[in-house]
Amino acid sequence: MQHQLLIGYADRHTFLNRLSGSTKLLCFVGLSIIGMMTYDTRYLIGIMLFSLVIFHFSKIKYREISFVVSVIIGFSVLNLVMVYVFAPHYGVSIYGTEHLLLGNNQHYFNLTTEQLFYEFNLLLKYTFAVPLALIFLMTTNPSEFAASLNKIGISYRVSYSVAIALRYIPDVQSDYRTISLAQQARGFEISKKAKFMTRVRGGIQILLPLIFSSLDRIEIISQAMELRRFGKGKHRSWYMAQKFRANDYLALIIVALLILLGGLLFHVNGGRFWNPFK
Amino acid sequence: MTAPIISFKDFSFQYNSQTEPTLRHLNLDIYPGEKVLIAGPSGSGKSTLGRCLNGLIPQSYPGQISGQVLINGHEIQASSIFDLSMQVGTVLQDPDSQFVGLTVVEDMAFSLENDQQTQATMQTATAKWAQTLDLQDLLTHRPQELSGGQKQRVAMAGVLIDNSKILLFDEPLASLDPASGKASMALIDKLTHAEDLTVVIIEHRIEDVLQQPIDRLVVMQEGQIVANDRPEPILRQSLMAQLGLREPLYLSALLHAGVDLADCQHLDSLDKLTVPNLKATLQQWTAGVTLNPPVTHSEPLLNIDHLQFGYDPHHKIIDDLSVTLHRGEMISLVGQNGTGKSTLSNLITGFLTPQAGKMTFDGQNLADLSVKERADHIGYILQDPNQMLSKTLIFDEVAAGLVLRSLDQATIEKRVLATLKVCGLYEFRHWPISALSFGQKKRVTIAAILVLEPAMLILDEPTAGQDLQHYTEMMAFLTKINHEQGMTIMLITHDMHLMLEYTDRTIVLGNGQILMDAAPADVLTNEAIIEQASLAKTSLYTLAEQNQLDPREFVAKFVQAEREAR
Repeated sequence: MQHQLLIGYADRHTFLNRLSGSTKLLCFVGLSIIGMMTYDTRYLIGIMLFSLVIFHFSKIKYREISFVVSVIIGFSVLNLVMVYVFAPHYGVSIYGTEHLLLGNNQHYFNLTTEQLFYEFNLLLKYTFAVPLALIFLMTTNPSEFAASLNKIGISYRVSYSVAIALRYIPDVQSDYRTISLAQQARGFEISKKAKFMTRVRGGIQILLPLIFSSLDRIEIISQAMELRRFGKGKHRSWYMAQKFRANDYLALIIVALLILLGGLLFHVNGGRFWNPFK
Repeated sequence: MTAPIISFKDFSFQYNSQTEPTLRHLNLDIYPGEKVLIAGPSGSGKSTLGRCLNGLIPQSYPGQISGQVLINGHEIQASSIFDLSMQVGTVLQDPDSQFVGLTVVEDMAFSLENDQQTQATMQTATAKWAQTLDLQDLLTHRPQELSGGQKQRVAMAGVLIDNSKILLFDEPLASLDPASGKASMALIDKLTHAEDLTVVIIEHRIEDVLQQPIDRLVVMQEGQIVANDRPEPILRQSLMAQLGLREPLYLSALLHAGVDLADCQHLDSLDKLTVPNLKATLQQWTAGVTLNPPVTHSEPLLNIDHLQFGYDPHHKIIDDLSVTLHRGEMISLVGQNGTGKSTLSNLITGFLTPQAGKMTFDGQNLADLSVKERADHIGYILQDPNQMLSKTLIFDEVAAGLVLRSLDQATIEKRVLATLKVCGLYEFRHWPISALSFGQKKRVTIAAILVLEPAMLILDEPTAGQDLQHYTEMMAFLTKINHEQGMTIMLITHDMHLMLEYTDRTIVLGNGQILMDAAPADVLTNEAIIEQASLAKTSLYTLAEQNQLDPREFVAKFVQAEREAR
């Protein structure tokens, strides 16, 4: 159960596991940025296919991620609906033409091909990065996270706080369980049987001791870290950091080329949008 | 004569947050290669002294300093925590919070990472210390997968890796079971010699530390050093009891038997102890004591019948366990860490649901009652009071359970005040909880449960981390409610002293079943059980064996004599 928390990192013995964490993080961040900027449907579909193929190689099982994926799909659909509700003509104003599918152009709510096309682009943007993020999270040893963050330029104090969070979340969870049970035994009802407000108040009763015990914990940890010279130098080395190997450079080059291609398309399209309606 | 490696010269310290100095005019020299035990009741300043050694004072805890402390020639005021950490390696009381890495090997390498060592250097160093401390098979394990003893070994590896020559242990025994504690002390002794270390141990469980030779015992009281000598002369003068510390059991036994300590040689080590006519004296004493018939309780209260539970169906934590607890009993529940003591209490209180078996309480089937309803009959008190306290005022905290049960204001007030009187907290009723000491907070949590008028209490390590005075007060209080109100009490504990002196019945848990259910004296004289349940032989047992006495009888008579003296 405690392993579940890390969305199931496991050494699945693929080339993706052997890439250094920094490489995967850089590739993920780089592709996400270019994908967020561009509205070129051809390009987005390309990256989507690329990330799905990589995902296939990662040997991650669907049941390991089914929950996360359904949450993401749910949110994306909700978002697309809201975009339509608030701006049903945005596609028209972007692409400059209007092909009506439903209703007429006097109505606020009508449906145009342009709007559908625009929302299709949005959907691609929401989802293409999901396989990449999952690959990064599930093929990178949690011990390497902090080292990777530090390597791409984030200060080691901030990076290490990620490691510390991963280290202590299970402890805080077990604290929460203990406190919650102890409070229930005294009569705080927080199960579904109680009314909503009672449950909220019960929740606060648990939170207070939890916060105090966590604060105590933080004080002791920071002392323990200081006693072992954390914060002494401007830099620190990482036991779990991986050196870049040929495959890492290869991956970075491929991704750099992809990003370059995306940039080139801005030029070809004369902007961020690819317009098939012209 | 060599120069001292640690030297306090007329040193005083007052925390900025306090109105009185915590350390007063200390003079103490510790020489290279010495193994020193610093003992003293809570608030005597022994932890503060430890903080001076590793530089947390004055860096993290600012305050007023007079006098001087030199650590291997470095003055603490002029050195940073980082500088001093190269001299002094600190193993904190709770090895869990010292464990900052995600895995064992990362934690070991932590300080080297901060020194920006190369990966090759770190690999060599971690491999070396993993071998010395027997951690090779655990290197990729996460802290949650380790036992208390293993975590402590990781903590030791993490500071030894710096090659610092002084090692400071802050209450190393506090979170270990008796067998691990014993192993830990033996390991510290081995390292002291093998690595040529100077070791300072802060601990109030003196008997457990004395299992291995100690060069010097420093006793502190109210910020001053009141004894500073080899352990033997201090033990001989019976100073311990006067100074609020717990005497080793064998010493108390010698005193009961009327042995004159002045005649004894090697008082600090039971193995070498020589006392003229010891055997005859002890035999005479044993013959002179008649055992009272054991107190028996016969009215069944909690009946557990073929109980089964396991998170994993193939690995049962509780496996077909049956036992009956009687009204008015004072029971100790012991066993190795992770053997299911907490699981059993969680099943009884309804936090967990058994997979098979039946429990009845006072004739009522527990399966029909919710957690809240069971709490009206069975109160469960956690080890850490901070996990239970959720109000700011003592009165509100104790009243909380009654308020939730929608009693009227007058009844609540009557019952809360009555409970506070029983618990000796009546004078504090308007105090904020934050102003209380650890022991007092513990008492508030007990009061908050007692006010619900349960028929039975389950307490998890009620005396952990408390000095002799608070320990005695707490146990006297529990004994009182056991006798006067006929309250059934079950204590989950690692403290063998506690189970011997205060409980009538010991249940030993192991492999999901009850390994033994007998009088404490019988349990602690059964070698097979001691081994299986990670308990440790008490010095009483050894003393009896050395003098060809029946250990069971001797221990039982000793316990009786102690209780009568109380």
